[in-house]
Amino acid sequence: MTAPALRTPRRSRLKPRYILLQILLGFLLVYFLIPFWWIIVNGSKDAAGLFGGGSALWFADTINYVSNLGELFTYQDGIYVRWLANSAMYAIVGGLGATVLAVAAGYGFAKYKFAGRRLSFAILLGSVMVPTTALVIPTFILFSQFGLTNTIWAVILPTLLNPFGVYLMHVYARDAVPDELLDAGRVDGAGELRIFFQVAIPMLRPAIVTVLLLSVVSSWNNYFLPLAMLSDNRLYPVTVGIGQWQGLASANNSGGASLWSIIILGSLVSVIPLVIAFLGLQRYWQGGLTIGSLK
Amino acid sequence: MTTQLAQSIARRSSLRRANTRRSIIGWGFVAPFAIVFLALLVAPLLFALYLSLFQTQLIGGTKFVLFGNYLKAFTDSNFLDGVWFVLRFSVVLIPLQMAVSLGVALVLDMVTTRFARFARLMIFLPYAIPAVIGALMWGFLYSKSFGPMAELFGMFGLAGPDLLSRDLIFFGLLNIVTWQWAGYYMIILYAALQGIDPTLYEAARIDGANQWQMMVRIKIPLVAPALVLILVFALIGTLQFFNEPQILRYLAAGSISADFTPNMYAYQQAFALANYNYGSAISFALGAVVFIFVYLFMFITRKRGSFLS
Repeated sequence: MTAPALRTPRRSRLKPRYILLQILLGFLLVYFLIPFWWIIVNGSKDAAGLFGGGSALWFADTINYVSNLGELFTYQDGIYVRWLANSAMYAIVGGLGATVLAVAAGYGFAKYKFAGRRLSFAILLGSVMVPTTALVIPTFILFSQFGLTNTIWAVILPTLLNPFGVYLMHVYARDAVPDELLDAGRVDGAGELRIFFQVAIPMLRPAIVTVLLLSVVSSWNNYFLPLAMLSDNRLYPVTVGIGQWQGLASANNSGGASLWSIIILGSLVSVIPLVIAFLGLQRYWQGGLTIGSLK
Repeated sequence: MTTQLAQSIARRSSLRRANTRRSIIGWGFVAPFAIVFLALLVAPLLFALYLSLFQTQLIGGTKFVLFGNYLKAFTDSNFLDGVWFVLRFSVVLIPLQMAVSLGVALVLDMVTTRFARFARLMIFLPYAIPAVIGALMWGFLYSKSFGPMAELFGMFGLAGPDLLSRDLIFFGLLNIVTWQWAGYYMIILYAALQGIDPTLYEAARIDGANQWQMMVRIKIPLVAPALVLILVFALIGTLQFFNEPQILRYLAAGSISADFTPNMYAYQQAFALANYNYGSAISFALGAVVFIFVYLFMFITRKRGSFLS
C-alpha cells in the first residue's frame, strides 16, 4: 500500500517534464518536416503561384498537381520517367549485387579460418575509411581506358563496392550464427554451400535487409559518381537529372519560371519511393542499423 | 604402437586436408568481393597515384614530375582554401551534429509516448532523401524568390537572413547537413541506448541516482562506442564534401566558387579543364589525408571504441 503512494508523487513530478520534452520534440519535428511541407505545398503551384507573392508555406488559390504532373512527365519527351526508371535500376541492380557480395564475404570472414584472413580483414577495415568520392575521378579515368564511361556499368560497377556492408555482415554473422550449428550440419553430411544457404542465410536475415536497404539508398542518392561518369542525359539517374534542370532554370531567369514548378514537383516525386520504403521496412532496419555501433 | 602412430598420422593429415579444404572454401566466399575490391578500389587508387606523378602540358606533352603535382597542390591557394573550408566546417559541424543527435536520442529514450515514436521516425526521414534533393529543398527555403524567410522574419519586423549569401552560406550548408544526417546518427545512438541493460538503471535508482546522473554516468559512457562511430562517419563525410555545395552553386550564385571544397576542385580540374593528372593528385591527396586523419583518430580512441579492436 505504501509503494504506490510513494510512486504517485514521483510520477506526477516527472510528468510535466515529459510534457516539456514533448513540446521540444514538437519544435524539432517542425524543423525536420518543414522542407517536406514546403515542397508538398509548392509542388501544387504553377509559375504564377510560385512567383506571385503568395505565402511560401501555404497553397495558392489553384491546386495544379495534375497539370504539373502532366508537364513533368512529358517535358523533354518524358525524360523524367526515364530518369526514375534509371535510378530504380541502378539502385536495385547495384544494391542487390553489393549485398550478395557483402553477405558472402562477411560470412566467409566470420566463419572460416583461411590463410591471409587477418591481413585481408585489416585491409578491408582500412578501406572503410577511404572516402568514396576520392575514388570517383580515378575510377572515371580507369573506366575511360576500357570504354566503360557513359554506360550503365560505369554507375553499377562502383556501386558493388561496399566494404562497410562486409564489415556489418561479418560482425553480425560472428555473433548470430553459432559455430556449433554449422558443425552439426557438417556432421550430418551437408555441404558448405548448403549450410550457408539453409542454416546461415535465414539467421542473417535482419542484417541482410539492413545492408540491402543501406546499399539501395546510397545508390539511389548517389550524385557525384553518375555526374562524373555519364554524359548522355538518357542514362542519368533522377538526382543528376534534377540537378541539371536546376542549373538550367537558375541560369535562365526568364524561361526558367515554368521549369521551376516542374523541378519542385520532380523533387517531390523522386523522394516518394524511398520514403515509402523506409516507412514500410522500419521493422527491419531499426534493429539492423545498430549492428556497427554495438560491440 | 606403430598402428597407433599410423592412425594418428592419418588422422592428422585428414585433419590438415579438411583444414586446407575449409581454407579454400573460406576464400571462395570472400573471392567475389575481393575481385571487386581489387578492380574498383585498389586498381583506381594505384592508377590515380601513377597518373598523379605526371604532368600534361599543351606544349611538350606528358612528362614525369614525381611529386610535382603534390607540391603544386600544397602551394595552390585554391586547393588550400578548400581544405581550410572543410576543416573549419568539420570543427563546427561535427560537435553540433553529435550534440543534436545525442540530445534527441536521450529524449526519445526517456519519453516513450506514441508521439515520441512518430517523432523518431520523422526526424530520421531526411536520411532517405538524396543529398541533391535535400540541398535543393533548403535552397528553395533560403531563396528570396520562393522562400518563406522574408515572410517569417517579417512577422517580427525583421529582414530575413540570406543564407545563400557569401557571408552566410557557411551556416546555410551547416543547417542542410545537420538536417540530413542528425536523424541517422540519432537512430544509431537511440538503438545503443535501448541496448543498455535496464538492471543498471535499477541499481542506480536504488543508489539514489537521479535522471541527470543516470544520463551522465551510465547512458553517455555506455554509448561512447556509437559516438566514436558517428564521429568517424561525420569526419569522412565532411572532408569529402561535394553534393550540397555543388547543387547550391546555381541558387547561390557567386557565393560558392567552383573550387569551394577540395573535391569540387578535383572535379573542376578533371572535368572542366581535362587536367586529369592534377585532378588525380588532388583526389589521391584528399583520400590519403582523410585516411590518415581517421586512422589516427581511431588509434587514439581505440580503447573505448570497438570498430578497430
